[in-house]
Amino acid sequence: MTQPVLSVRDLRVEFVTRRGVLKAIDGVSFDIAPGEVLGVVGESGAGKSVTGSAVIGLIDPPGRIAGGEVWLSEQRIDNLSPEEMRRIRGKRIGMIFQDPLTSLNPLYRVGEQLVETIQTHTDLSAAAARRRAIELLTEVGIPAPERRIDGYPHEFSGGMRQRVVIALALCAEPELIIADEPTTALDVSVQAQIISLLQRLGREHGTAIMLVTHDMGVIAETADRVAVMYAGRIAEIGPVQDVVQNPLHPYARGLMGAIPTLAQDASRLVQIPGSMPRLSAIPPGCPFNPRCPHAWDRCRIDRPEPIQHGAHKVACHLYDLNDPTAEAHKVLTHPPAEEGVPA
Amino acid sequence: MFAYILRSLLQGAVVLIAVAFIAFSMFRFVGDPVANMVGQEASMADREELTKHLGLDQPFPIQFLRFLGKAAQGDFGISYRQGRPVAAVMAERLPATVELAVLSAIFATVVGVALGVYAAIRRHGLVANAVMTLSLVGVSLPTFLIGIGLIYVFAVELRWLPSFGRGETVRLGGWTTGLLTKSGLQSLILPVLTLGFFQLTLIMRLVRSEMLEVMRSDFIRFARARGIPNRVIEFRHALRNTMIPVVTIAGLQLGSVIAFAIVTETVFQWPGLGALFVNAVQFADVPVMAAYLVFVAFVFVVVNLATDLAYLALDPRLRAAPTAAR
Repeated sequence: MTQPVLSVRDLRVEFVTRRGVLKAIDGVSFDIAPGEVLGVVGESGAGKSVTGSAVIGLIDPPGRIAGGEVWLSEQRIDNLSPEEMRRIRGKRIGMIFQDPLTSLNPLYRVGEQLVETIQTHTDLSAAAARRRAIELLTEVGIPAPERRIDGYPHEFSGGMRQRVVIALALCAEPELIIADEPTTALDVSVQAQIISLLQRLGREHGTAIMLVTHDMGVIAETADRVAVMYAGRIAEIGPVQDVVQNPLHPYARGLMGAIPTLAQDASRLVQIPGSMPRLSAIPPGCPFNPRCPHAWDRCRIDRPEPIQHGAHKVACHLYDLNDPTAEAHKVLTHPPAEEGVPA
Repeated sequence: MFAYILRSLLQGAVVLIAVAFIAFSMFRFVGDPVANMVGQEASMADREELTKHLGLDQPFPIQFLRFLGKAAQGDFGISYRQGRPVAAVMAERLPATVELAVLSAIFATVVGVALGVYAAIRRHGLVANAVMTLSLVGVSLPTFLIGIGLIYVFAVELRWLPSFGRGETVRLGGWTTGLLTKSGLQSLILPVLTLGFFQLTLIMRLVRSEMLEVMRSDFIRFARARGIPNRVIEFRHALRNTMIPVVTIAGLQLGSVIAFAIVTETVFQWPGLGALFVNAVQFADVPVMAAYLVFVAFVFVVVNLATDLAYLALDPRLRAAPTAAR
């Protein structure tokens, strides 16, 4: 197997608050290979964005990386000094945020912001950096880049601004791009353009992409593999087709079942009963146990670790081959409280 | 953009006319000017003649229009107390006030912005917190107390600086300046500190809170994600965005420095417009009071206009929209 671009091992992120230490990320491990797109999905507050911020070293106090390791190619980066980490940001890891309308400084021309980023990470002269900026704008599909480079952000539409943001992330040809909900704030028609742009760039440059989103449609179209996060942990991770069509973890199953399709003749939308626990009230054992239709005693005490199951890794006792009772619990003993599970 | 400037100008004109009206109304409500000017022994004929001479027998709107027309040419009539044209009296006093106010404004802005940025960047630092605590003193202590305190320490106890007056001044054409002599400069220090201190602390606190706000915004986070060095983020990206709201408040504050140097001028017996106004109030010298009011309004209008132009320079979003959607 090729060396992964990004390798996260047992990452833990905590937020120190007045009411105690909240574990936003609790033991997350995953790899991303060169050119691969890893989708990270989950409900709001599951820790998707925090994982992305932790990788790029932008966890602001009172948050902190409390444990684990982050490896970029062959370099460990979670313990670098702030200055060393700054040199990696933008150069080896690019990041794209959710809202393109607020990601750009409104007071500077997009060209100034591009040239600034290029010159921060390379030795190019101002003129060469400007040529490079025009190339980048061309590459992300901005029409008439020679003219648009002197425009201010407010003169661009939302989709065009997100293209500029992507160009900014690409300035130094990073090995890894973290895209944090890159399409959430955009029109549906523009979303598809941005997603296919990201895909194309990833393919052409061999850039690994960590795509954080709560939109399963985007993941299904774009990602090679997908990680389903719940309450700061990875519930299930595996190839995207497998996870979407044959989810193993009860939470992932609920999540996939909740995607409405036009083919379904459901009068009610499917939902998972209950809601994700607050960080201050994560139950012991499996964090999903209060909402899980399969949960039994072990789930309330014993925290499930990821188990390899076919191409997936799943953190659920149902798939623990060493537990002789697990198989019996796969049959629903008590169906979920809410009705509306389609046939 | 042109419409934007034009609108600012029009607003200014409306403000000036409104203030002029208030100033003019004072003539009617603050005593009888004729009684103020003639002696006790003047006959009825003398009074009537003076009334006619001053145009006071005309209807109110005509009087107001004449007042406006003259005011526009800088003619505010004769000072009751000094018997000389108000314009000449004020022109004499203007340099003292302008020098004091401009220096105070520069002092307050430069030091205020610098300290505000420092306090924002070193938010948890010991010095920054000490500065913030001290600034509370500046905000809450009345100006005259600061002035008297400074006089006590530096003039009475240490005897380093004079406690009143402008010191020696040099005449340059129609302008007298204290900036060219040693005693003139020394005399400026305490009044400038006194007048500028309140504005300084205000600007500093404003810059700090605005900058902390800006530092939380998405584009700063994105700039950090691009690996831009902290110094560049703070001084290039954050500071300019901070200045947009700061310019509004600071602009108005600096206008008030020029306009209301009254307290400081009184404390330091500074021979400026503020002191002139206080004297005018004591003697019900209505023309001087009216002229001072119009002058203050004029300063505010000019400062406001300058503020609007500063917006244009700072914010491309305003420049680009020709219809000025504001």
